[in-house]
This record gives sequence, structure tokens and C-alpha cells, in this order.
Amino acid sequence: MNTAARYFFALRDWVDDRFPMTQLWNEHAARYYAPKNFNFWYVFGVISMVVLANQILTGIWLTMNYKPDATQAFASVEYIMRDVPWGWVIRYLHSTGSSAFFFAVYLHMYRGLVYGSYKKPRELIWIIGMFIYLTLMGEAFLGYLLPWGQMSFWGAQVIISLFGTIPVIGEGLALWIRGDYVVSDVTLNRFFSLHVVAFPLLLCALSGAHILALHHVGSNNPDGVEIKKHKDEKGVPLDGIPFHPYYTVKDLVAVLIFAIGFAWVVFYAPGMGGYFLEAANFVPADPLKTPEHIQPLWYFTTYYAILRAIPHQLGGVVAMFLASSLFFLLPWLDRSPVKSFRYRGWKYRTALIAFVISFLSLGWLGMQLATPLYTWIARFFTVIYFLFFLLMPFYTSTDNDKPVPERVK
Amino acid sequence: MNRLLQLLCICLLGLATTTVTFGSEGALMQAKVDLSNRESLKNGARIFINYCLSCHSAAYMRFNRVGQDLGIDEDTLKRDFMFGTDKPGDTMTVAMRKEDARDYFGTPIPDLSVIARARGADWLYTFFMTFYRDPARPFGVNNIQFKDVAMPHVLWELQGLQRAVTEQETLPDGATVERITHLELETPGKQSPSEYAATVQDLVNFLVYLGEPVQLQRHAIGAWVIGYLLAFLVVAWLLKREYWKDVH
Amino acid sequence: MNDGGIDTTRRRLLTTAATIVGGVGAAAASVPFIASMTPSAKTKAIGAPVEVDLSDLQPGQRKIIQWQGKPVFILRRTAESLEQLANPGPQVRDPQSEENQQPEYARNIYRSIKPEYLIMLGLCTHLGCSPTFVAEEDEHDLGPEWKGGFFCPCHGSLFDLAGRVHKNFPAPSNIIIPPHKYLTDTRVLVGDDSEATS
Repeated sequence: MNTAARYFFALRDWVDDRFPMTQLWNEHAARYYAPKNFNFWYVFGVISMVVLANQILTGIWLTMNYKPDATQAFASVEYIMRDVPWGWVIRYLHSTGSSAFFFAVYLHMYRGLVYGSYKKPRELIWIIGMFIYLTLMGEAFLGYLLPWGQMSFWGAQVIISLFGTIPVIGEGLALWIRGDYVVSDVTLNRFFSLHVVAFPLLLCALSGAHILALHHVGSNNPDGVEIKKHKDEKGVPLDGIPFHPYYTVKDLVAVLIFAIGFAWVVFYAPGMGGYFLEAANFVPADPLKTPEHIQPLWYFTTYYAILRAIPHQLGGVVAMFLASSLFFLLPWLDRSPVKSFRYRGWKYRTALIAFVISFLSLGWLGMQLATPLYTWIARFFTVIYFLFFLLMPFYTSTDNDKPVPERVK
Repeated sequence: MNRLLQLLCICLLGLATTTVTFGSEGALMQAKVDLSNRESLKNGARIFINYCLSCHSAAYMRFNRVGQDLGIDEDTLKRDFMFGTDKPGDTMTVAMRKEDARDYFGTPIPDLSVIARARGADWLYTFFMTFYRDPARPFGVNNIQFKDVAMPHVLWELQGLQRAVTEQETLPDGATVERITHLELETPGKQSPSEYAATVQDLVNFLVYLGEPVQLQRHAIGAWVIGYLLAFLVVAWLLKREYWKDVH
Repeated sequence: MNDGGIDTTRRRLLTTAATIVGGVGAAAASVPFIASMTPSAKTKAIGAPVEVDLSDLQPGQRKIIQWQGKPVFILRRTAESLEQLANPGPQVRDPQSEENQQPEYARNIYRSIKPEYLIMLGLCTHLGCSPTFVAEEDEHDLGPEWKGGFFCPCHGSLFDLAGRVHKNFPAPSNIIIPPHKYLTDTRVLVGDDSEATS
């Protein structure tokens, strides 16, 4: 052994005596055994982590030049875009990152639905994940106010008004959230604080818990079988492979493919035709004038369509909140003994397909002007959306599931 | 120039047939944005500074940035482009105070730094093309794209004045309204219609650049980034394939 | 898994290649982040060269202007002061301005383009405090030998009327002369000396 290597190992041992560095590395990477049959759908967890890192890094840098002040916020964003060296790329990385985050998280959740990742013993992973999702929605909403454009202002106005519809406490609650009678400098200042400190801390903590819980019970896989049932004499799952190096190198490929798409947006279509950066948000916030078309960004439009589809104020708000939080109950609504889509019967398959179509259609409808025809279509899909959850105990318990193999294929 | 003329004819024709939808959802003429055309951008900058910058600001944009991006040296910049200031690092502000603007026009004058990102190039192009004489308005002109706009037709000496040709239309409930079918040049300006269209094209081109100056460099940088990522992807793919030989 | 037939050389090679390519990418990606912390276009615009009119300055008077946010002292020296500066006492550490604390055109006994006008940063070379101007006739306790100059209130360093540091004080060198040039006889541009003639 050469001298450099000897010093390196000595340093490692010195640290290991005082901090479980090697132990952590082994538990979470080198000797974390993941099923060998992960497919394409299993890369979105890692991609979400990469996007989170991107958001934190670019966020720190944006904070260096952004001013959370109603008279300066809009100008400070343009200052970043023009005067700060490379500020534009940092800003676009952040704005594209927010859409990319939802893109990855939605596909990650969809993976969970398809392969039954929320089922026992992974209920808590799923629930923590749902908290991440809700926190992320909050984080995105808070951050969207910061550029202080017309959509920022009126979007915040509308969403905060949703809280105002809650009986008895609603109005007081909305006032408390805003800290003012309308969305104002006060609101901007506190949203800034929450967006750059509180919610990111929460997101990091929840993401850590999500991974710890996952590594405690082990990963699910596309066949939905437990690889821990069959181990060799050393206690290594027969169908497992060490996360490092096998999945680190595989995930690297996935992250790079994702990064190419991401870079394409950042450098060639940062506004993504108005889907990532809305035209009306290039007009400074004006509390006296609502923009002609107001709609949330694409990642909220499914819920927005549900809100508009219900012809009752409080009912719409309740439906919207339910639509985004019914996922919490999935581990208990699903009564099937089978996890993976591959071995499910026709009932669940049909239900899931109908649900995905509803989710996407509502998402599209939420971006359109609410004509009477569209409203009726939205109502139709809203019903299907909720039936997916409400009928789940029935169709999953009576489904003609196929036999699940003992080992992964 | 010929193509622009053609474009204009097509647009006007299109406009004439879609008058019913005039208003916020009106059919827009197509602006042909070409940010690689330096001369067009420079001319647009000149028009912008001579005609727009006396009332509208572009408060997030610095003169020297325009100079750097469009290849204008500092002396030329000071001589031909900067009138209110002699510091190239200054932003494009105007002397008019906000309160005065409200008094003159009844509305604050919007800053134009990001107007192209808010409105879009086609909207701006159509806007500049569709001023017409309307004695009922304070400045004697109205605009099809921006109805009752509180702004004079500052380019009128170039374009001349257009007249709205209207026709009576009977609504289902029996009432009649006047609808504009198309615009007709009444008093010619200094420029021919095709020259004016080219001028507006240059101005819109500049406004698009002004909305996001880094557009001029962004694509080239993106090509490097994506090229690098592709190269890395090849290496990563070989690495992945090599390790995954173990997995059966 | 199968341990047989592993091409370790190829693995090591590819791992090294990936590490290098990834490292280069990480280094390149850090460039925008590091560069974004350098002065912005706005900062540079504010720090642009400043034009100063000297015509209202009487002999013995000083005025302070700001360039790049820093104080710049402009002092019109009297004939007596100039004579005194030309014969510095032994207390002056670098009387010939040999150290590189001034542009080439100010490397002379008066540390200026025109002997009469001293144009120097109002910042002490010790730790950046702004020295106080103390004329000979001002009330001071700097001793009978004091012919006028600058006194740093932070750590007591003394400088003469050309910004030359006295020996045995914490400031290590003469005060910096910023780049500047005369536009006319009485108009000077501080911060820019392009095409300047000394």
C-alpha cells in the first residue's frame, strides 16, 4: 500500500471512531440491497432529490440579490436577469426547477400507484411522501408570490381567499395569513421568510425521514414481491443488488438524461410557452386590476379544475383539498393482497387508467377558460376522480388478481 | 422588404375577415422576430429611443448593455442613442414624473423593459399597425388592438393616419352596431406602408430583445451545456453497462 | 451475481473517466455561481469614473468625493507645502514612492500629475479607516514638527500632505493614488486614466 492510501485509511478510521461514516455509507449505499428489477419508473425519487438540491443551491444564490419588498421585488428579479453576472441562468434553473420538481414528484407518485408502493409495510413511507407533496405545494405557492407580478399577486389573493371560505374562522384565518387586508408588502415579506427558511427545512427533514423509512423496510419493485423473503446464507437478499455501485451508476444515467431535458428548457424555452413563466407575471403587481385570465401554474390545474367544477363555494374548496389529500388513505382503501399492476385484476387496472385520464384531463381543463361545456366535462372527470378513491375498497377486494411469483422475474 | 409587404397584406386581409373578434381575442398579425439581425435591432433601438423613450422608461435596461449586445461603440452610443444622460451605465429612465404622467394621460405610463414578455411580439406588432383616426379620443386616435388606448400615435409622422372603414351590423336583438372592417391609409406619412411595416418590425424586434437581453447568448451557451451532458451520458452509459454485466 | 470475468481494468478506467468528466462539469457549473458574486452591472455603473471640478478649490482646501463608494481626497496644496514635500524629513518611509501604490504618472515627489493637486483615496493602508485631514494651523497634538497631513483615528498612523506614511506606525505603505486624468485644466476624471498623459 502506498503512503497516500495509508493516510487516507488512517483518516477514515479516525473519523469512524468518532462518527459512523462508513457505517452510514454501508447502510444506505454499499450494503443497501435494492431489488435488481427496478425499471424506468424507479428513477424519479433520485431525480426529485437532485432537483431539491438544485432548488436549494439556486435559491441561496437568488436570495443574495432578491429584495422581499413590494416596491423592489419585481425590479430585483429583473436586476438578477440583467445586471447580476449569470443571474439569468440561476433564476431560470430555479423557475424551471419548480416545474421539474412537480414533474418528478407526480411521476414518482404514479409509480407508487402502479406498483402498490404504499401498501404494507410501506404505509409510513407513503404518508411521509404525501407530507412532502403537500409541503412542496405550499413551497411552490409561497415562492410564486415573490416575483411580485400580476399572477403572483392575484394567485396569492385567490388561494388565500380559499382559506377565507372556511366557516367561522375563515376570514380571520385569511387575515392572519396575509397580515393585512389585502395581499401586500407584509404578506410578501412573510412568504419570503417561509419560502426560503421554514418550508425548505421541512422539505429536507421530511425527505430524510422518507429515505430512512424506505431503507428500514426496503424497496418495493415492479413485481411487488418482498426480496427480503429469500436471502442467502450471509443474509443478502437473493434478488437484491447493492445500491452502490449498481444503482448509483444507473441513476447517474437517468439523472443525465433528465438534465438534458432540463437544460433544454433552461436555455431554449425557459418560459415553456407560458406554462413555466406566465406572460401576465411580467407585469408588476397591481392591486387595482386583475389580469384577464387567471389560472395557477400547470401543476395545480387539476385541483383548480375540481374547484371550478363544484357549483358551491365551500363545497369546491373542500373537494379541492380532499382531492389532494385522499392519497393519504390509499394504504387502507386498497384491500387487494397484490401490490403490482402486473398481477392485478381488470377492475383495478381499469380504475387506475380512468383515474390517470381524469387527472390529466382535469389538469388540461384547469388551464382553459371555463365554458359551460368544459365545466360539465370537468364535473364528469371530478366524479371519476373521487370514485377511484371511494370505490377502491370494493373493487380491490373483489378483483380477480393473478398469482404473484415468489421471486422477482 | 417584399416579404414584409406580403405579410402585411395577408395580415390586413386576415384582419378584415376577422373583425368580429376584434378586442382582446383579436386575430394578431405575425411579427417576424429575428434577433440575429443586428441592423434591425439597432434601427429598432433608434426608433425606441427617439419615439418611445421620451415618455416610457425601460428602467431595468442599461445603455451600455444595449451598446455591448448590439455592437455599438461608446462614442456612437453617447451621440446617437443617449439624450437624457451621458453615463453609459445609466438605465433607460425618463424625466417625466409618475404623477405628471397620471395627469397627462389619466394612467401611469408602463415601463417597457419586459413589455414584450408580457404582451408578445405579435401583439406589439399589431398594436403599432392598427392606430386609426378617432376624433372622440383625447389624442384623436384609437387603436384596434388596444381599444381606447390613452396614448397618442407617436409614429404617425412615419405611418401617416389611417381611417377606420366601418359597416352597420344588426344584432339578433334588432339593435345595430358599427363594426370596423378594415383600416385605410388616409394621410400618407414619411414612409411608404412597406417601409413603415419594416420600421415596426425593427421596433418589435428590439422590444423582444429588450425583454430578455440574454436571449442573444442563451442558445449558444445551451448548446455547450447539452453537448457536455451528452458526452457525460456516453461515459455514464458505458460505466452502467459495464457494472450491470454482473446482474443476471 | 457473478464474480467471474470482471474486467477490473475497464471498470477502473470508466470510473476514472466518469469522475473526471463529472468533475469538469461540476467545476464548470460552479462558474456562474462564483461569477454571480462579482460586482453587477449596477454596481459597476455606480462605481463608474467621476468627473470633478477643481476650480472652486482654494489653496490649502480639501474636498472629498466618492468613487466606487470610497472616499477620494482632493487637496490643493500651497506653495509652502510643496516646498516642504520636496524635502521630506527622515520620518517619511518611502519618500520617492518606490512601492507600487500609485499609477506611473504619479510616481514623483508630489505623488500627483499636477504638483498643486493631490488626488488620493481617503483610506488608510493599514486596515481601511478614513484618515482625518489635519492642517498645520489646525489644533492638534501631533507635535511642533507637524507640517500638515493625515492622521488615522483608528490606529494612529500619520501621513504627510502627499499621503506618504511616516515610519514606526502600523500603516505599511503610502496611501493609494487612484487612476485619474485631467480633462481640462480644472476638470479631472477620477477612476479612468485611459489615454492619459502624465
